[in-house]
Amino acid sequence: MTAVMREWADFTEQTDESGGLTIAFSGPLVVATAGPLDRRLRALAAPVVRIDLTAVPEIDTVGAWIVWRLIRDHDAELTGASEEAERLIATVQRGPSDIPIAPERLPMLERVPEATGGFVFALARGTVGILGFVGAMLVAMGNLIRNPSTFRIKALVRQMELVGVNALGIIGLMSFLIGIVIAQQGAEQLRQFGAEIYTVNLTGRLSLRELGILMTAIMVAGRSGSAFAAQIGTMKLTEEVDAMRTIGVSPMEALVIPRVLAAVLVMPLLGFYAALMSILGGAFISTLTLEIPFFTFLARIQEVVPMHDLWVGLIKAPVFGLIVALTGCYQGMQVAGNSEEVGLRTTIAVVQAIFTVIVLDAFFAVFFSEVGWG
Amino acid sequence: MNSHQTESHMHFTGDFPIIVEGVRNAFGEHVIHDNLSLTVRRGEIIGVVGGSGTGKSVLMRSIIGLQVPTEGEITVLGQSITDARDDDDIDIRSRWGVLFQGGALFSTLTVAENVEVPLKEFYPEISAELRHEIARFKVMLSGLPPEAAAKYPSELSGGMRKRAGLARALALDPELLFLDEPTAGLDPIGAAAFDALTKELQDTLGLTVFLITHDLDTLHEICDRVAVIADRQVIAVGTIPELLALDHPWIQEYFNGPRGRAADAAQHRAKAIDKSDGQGA
Repeated sequence: MTAVMREWADFTEQTDESGGLTIAFSGPLVVATAGPLDRRLRALAAPVVRIDLTAVPEIDTVGAWIVWRLIRDHDAELTGASEEAERLIATVQRGPSDIPIAPERLPMLERVPEATGGFVFALARGTVGILGFVGAMLVAMGNLIRNPSTFRIKALVRQMELVGVNALGIIGLMSFLIGIVIAQQGAEQLRQFGAEIYTVNLTGRLSLRELGILMTAIMVAGRSGSAFAAQIGTMKLTEEVDAMRTIGVSPMEALVIPRVLAAVLVMPLLGFYAALMSILGGAFISTLTLEIPFFTFLARIQEVVPMHDLWVGLIKAPVFGLIVALTGCYQGMQVAGNSEEVGLRTTIAVVQAIFTVIVLDAFFAVFFSEVGWG
Repeated sequence: MNSHQTESHMHFTGDFPIIVEGVRNAFGEHVIHDNLSLTVRRGEIIGVVGGSGTGKSVLMRSIIGLQVPTEGEITVLGQSITDARDDDDIDIRSRWGVLFQGGALFSTLTVAENVEVPLKEFYPEISAELRHEIARFKVMLSGLPPEAAAKYPSELSGGMRKRAGLARALALDPELLFLDEPTAGLDPIGAAAFDALTKELQDTLGLTVFLITHDLDTLHEICDRVAVIADRQVIAVGTIPELLALDHPWIQEYFNGPRGRAADAAQHRAKAIDKSDGQGA
């Protein structure tokens, strides 16, 4: 593109006997040309008594504003103004010029404590809020149990498809790779004791008890928890949620319960599937590098993995699903105001869900060891 | 070299700032415009009317380069929009202002900061001080109360949001102003005030205004000419009496329906009062 340099607006100063300045502008005085000239005008020290616009062929509101500011600040006299210039100058001088353009920022010493206080209160409100949300959900569940005909089976199936079936590919691949990593790295260490055969125990128990479920929960939080928050959040912004309420459809029943229920139902299946894929990955790498045949590996799994490992995984799964779906829906429902909030709430939903899942997983680990399922 | 730094302050001196010739717009099988042509005269307020779904907004989006027509030629301020290969090719963006239907304000910025965005983008040499001053008087110019300048769009009412959108559209003193249903969703008082504001700005700033509207009062009150879109084309352009002289069923129904007659009557009453007052309000 041919870029032509602009012809800037200019002015000349002329001092009269009494020390007053006459400013004569020249060139078009418009938004595109007035930038540099404005700085020089602000630096003028002497009082301006006269402004001459004779050599200004074109003026817009920005030019008019600059001229008006001179007139106002210096009580100057205007000459040579065209009819258009006078009209524009009259137009721009209507408003006060000192209104704030952004909400006031407090000085740092006040802002930091205020932000801290706000954070603490937000934390407290958040806790109360999520408790209230769980309560409202339980009430809605109770209503559903009393009137099962109002249950939205289609929405549930749809969500189960989105959360479960559509995630099979990525969760399967992820788990298979994790199985490979556990078996390969485990074997590397166990070889030092000549105990490579324990790779089977390591892979099998870890997959069923911990990693299969935990990684699936993290994946579901990233895939579906975020989707719940963003969907419901956008529906809040577009007033769809309000529209539902006015029609008499409870957003709890229509939006939240199908999602939460879908996640709770699908998580054990996904977790179990992930564990299996992870064991397959372990078996696959063992065949290649450890010289443990594929089917021997699988047969050993049956012997060395106690049944309660499976139960541990399957008990944790629905709890994790509940947490992921609940935080997603709750944060989505908290969206108000603008589109930035949707992004913010989605992030919070995913981070909170993953964090809570990992904390709970630690509790579960200790708990199950204590009850003898170690 | 900054590609914006062209001779963009040169005013367009031709007679027709917007020329649309033989435009065809289609979404898949659904043809919106077919061989549509429209010429807008400099300094006029042209109202664009048409039933819902006839593609008024699509026409506006085509003119400002957001929607590329499959056929036809669009020339704005002497520059071809349809020949532009990409967004950067359209370097007359600083010379038009657009008010979208919902205001389309940037939700994370205050009203004044919204006005400053185009100023910063096109004229970075303008000092922050002058930029703030410009933002302030544009906010006033658009008829907002002073305290609205520091508010976020979510804190404004629908009518105020439109005015804020107008302030942003006017940020660069454009020659062309596109308004997409500016009075939709406003109360009658607010709508009348917005009409008056549009007219006043057009007079003082010498704007050419492309106005999409359903509001019959707006058409009667401020539009110099009205373009009617129907059957995928602009079927007529002219003043309202000229349009009424045509015997097109849709135009007749549009302007002579119950609402059309009411707006017409209101117009006559207003004129009568103007006359009896001697000079009007």
